[in-house]
Amino acid sequence: MAADVRLLAESFDPGAEISTFAAAHPSAGGIVSFIGQVRVEEGGGESEDAVEVLELRHYGPLTQPAMEELADRTLGRWDLEGLLIVHRTGLMAVGEPIVLVVAAARHRREAFAAADFAMDHLKSESWFWKRQKVAGVWHWIEPREQDFADIARWA
Amino acid sequence: MPVKLVFLGRLEDAAGAAERYVAAAETLDALIAALEPELAAELRQDRIRLALNGVLRRPGEIEALRDGDELAFLPPVSGG
Repeated sequence: MAADVRLLAESFDPGAEISTFAAAHPSAGGIVSFIGQVRVEEGGGESEDAVEVLELRHYGPLTQPAMEELADRTLGRWDLEGLLIVHRTGLMAVGEPIVLVVAAARHRREAFAAADFAMDHLKSESWFWKRQKVAGVWHWIEPREQDFADIARWA
Repeated sequence: MPVKLVFLGRLEDAAGAAERYVAAAETLDALIAALEPELAAELRQDRIRLALNGVLRRPGEIEALRDGDELAFLPPVSGG
């Protein structure tokens, strides 16, 4: 079974993707989904340090192949009925979805673990670079220590 | 056709552009040494990964950079 892995330059509807995916995997008793979205920073949309827009850059020769390799590793590690990974590139406004991971399994534990594993690796090992515009100025986002601690759980 | 350099993430700011074309070089060291000193220092940091023609390479694995090669400099990632 092959995973469905997509790198999108345009906005997408996670709810519609999850519904389609669930319908396509009737043998799955459990479906776990994770949606990452552009967050409003502390103080909300009116404060001076509010994020105006977020941009994700990728590197064509590496990004999609590495996402597919991650999907294969996830499928090899857990007994899944299906796996969907969608990741945005380009400009995104607050509230827009950035990433969607959906894992389907006969029983829920495998689905939870697989989605968690795929997300940790998307965060800290996939070829994306994020920057955000605050008060008219772009800032690159560096990885957090927590991201490295998260991925170390799977070693 | 010269060597194409690709700067990802914050390296784009250090280089002033996402891409740049430079002359072929006999070694990676020589290619980097021909850039501005501040940029060269950034590119030599241990945590910068390299991809030559779309394939990840360790610095020691990269020999001469030929016309038409694409060398990407990849700082720590921040996706999701």
